[in-house]
Amino acid sequence: MVRNTLAIAGREFRVYFGSPPAYLITAVFLVITGYGFGWTSVTYMETTIQGFLGWGSFFLLFLGPALTMRLFAEEEKMGTIELLMTSPVRDIEVVLGKYLASLGTLLMMLAITLYYPLLLAWFGDPDWGPIASGYLGIFLIGAVFLSIGIFSSTLTSNQIVAYVVGSAIVLVLWFIGQAAGVAGDKVGVVFRYISISSYFPAFGRGIIDTNALIYFLSIIAVFLFLTIRSLETRRWR
Amino acid sequence: MIEAENLTKYYGTFLAIDDVSFEVGKGEIVGFLGPNGAGKTTTMRILSGFMPPTSGTARVAGHDIHSQSLEARKCIGYLPETVPIYKDMTVEGFLRFYGKIRGMDKRRRESRIQEVMQLCRIEGYARTYIHKLSKGYRQLVGVSQAILHEPDVLILDEPTIGIDPRQVVQIRQLIKDLGQEHTVIISTHILAEVSMICERIMIMDHGKIMAVDSAENLSQRLKGAQKIEIEVKGPAESIASRLRDVKGVFEVTIEGSGDQRKFAVECAPGEDIRDELASAVVESGFSLLGLKSYEMSVEDIFLKLTNREEN
Ligand SMILES: Nc1ncnc2c1ncn2[C@@H]1O[C@H](COP(=O)(O)OP(=O)(O)O)[C@@H](O)[C@H]1O
Ligand SMILES: [Mg+2]
Repeated sequence: MVRNTLAIAGREFRVYFGSPPAYLITAVFLVITGYGFGWTSVTYMETTIQGFLGWGSFFLLFLGPALTMRLFAEEEKMGTIELLMTSPVRDIEVVLGKYLASLGTLLMMLAITLYYPLLLAWFGDPDWGPIASGYLGIFLIGAVFLSIGIFSSTLTSNQIVAYVVGSAIVLVLWFIGQAAGVAGDKVGVVFRYISISSYFPAFGRGIIDTNALIYFLSIIAVFLFLTIRSLETRRWR
Repeated sequence: MIEAENLTKYYGTFLAIDDVSFEVGKGEIVGFLGPNGAGKTTTMRILSGFMPPTSGTARVAGHDIHSQSLEARKCIGYLPETVPIYKDMTVEGFLRFYGKIRGMDKRRRESRIQEVMQLCRIEGYARTYIHKLSKGYRQLVGVSQAILHEPDVLILDEPTIGIDPRQVVQIRQLIKDLGQEHTVIISTHILAEVSMICERIMIMDHGKIMAVDSAENLSQRLKGAQKIEIEVKGPAESIASRLRDVKGVFEVTIEGSGDQRKFAVECAPGEDIRDELASAVVESGFSLLGLKSYEMSVEDIFLKLTNREEN
């Protein structure tokens, strides 16, 4: 079980870092978050990573579905899915393997940004609590976006379509919280409850809320489950 | 080794295979022969576990393809019709990955990778990216992947389609050799191919198995198992009617045009009537230019069984 999952994850991970787009995306990610980080740090003279978290989470909205769009769509298009799904591996191993590879990529990108807090430590005396929880938060929302992206990748053999569908789900889940204000009291509560953006800011302030953890992990579980179901049903089509 | 019972598959409302049952014994090489759209790929996809049948069951090496799917899949080496090409993998990397997810331990995997690459004569391309290889070499990579884990059963879907003739010969020989140790099913729409490689032929059309038999028996079962070709100079119609009068002749068809025609004479098996035919021609005053006797080819049988004779 673990062996197959790791074999699949390893292959996918090598694909990520064997492809020029990965480096391009990473570079853009660093430029944008670096700008956000530098701007807030300089403007407000703060020793926090708030700027990075804000710009980084926004960028992840687009990055998540982009990193995952090819995972199944390409296998479908190239016909390699036929060999993969007739190998003695369970659907869940395939899904977890691919998901792990995308998480690994996300971790790599976040790891490179660790020089922001190191800069803060060099020039000042930052509060490490919010920095650690902020990183946990941004990793978790990234993980949520990736799980949504991997699900949408199973729906089609066209990567662009997978990207558009994935982004749509991600954007709705993110911005539905903003719509809470205009949706009236009762609906607004529900909107805020299911919106990713309502859970994220607390992490940046150093608060790790159990509800938030449960929320993120459930969303991930739900989308991975849907991914497996979607693979199963594609066999029946 | 393979037992298929009443396999039926609908794509939506379209019936792709209809109540297909057959058995393949250990060590047999069986060919699915049929035109495009006959249902060969569908049948193979069901056996390989890629998709379930709408109804019916099958067992591979004793494992039910539905309830014991993983065990069944372990016993199968499968070459899909669209040869799987991972854009970003070398031949060796590709084989290594498939060795891993088939549970081969490292030592066996690495030695088998070298073995199958040598067997398929692709060892010179070990470090080449698969998408840079020609169609023929990709197909060989596909075959080496299928035999890597030494499966009991090999399912090869149109292994020689669209590749250059020299490699077709190589792949056919390879499959024949593999048949010594494995149970093999191949599909093809090339008639010469099955009669060359396979011990047993299943003729499929419109989702049904039309006939199952050995290449020799199939010809025996059909009327006019013998075919004699005569070349005669003279008026075609009168020659044909004269030939039809000869005892033992079922049918005479005129081939070609002009006044030097060939006549295909189908006659009862087991009797040699070449003498009678020759005399009939000569006695009528026509000149006999040639006379040859054939076994009816798989091709003729195929055309007869699938009624695709009418032009
Ligand atoms: N995924 C599919 N959806 C709908 N129809 C299909 C699908 N795959 C095959 N068919 C149809 O089923 C029939 C049998 O196809 P196939 O098994 O590929 O035949 P063969 O391999 O003998 O050429 C064909 O008429 C084909 O058009
Ligand atoms: Mg086919």
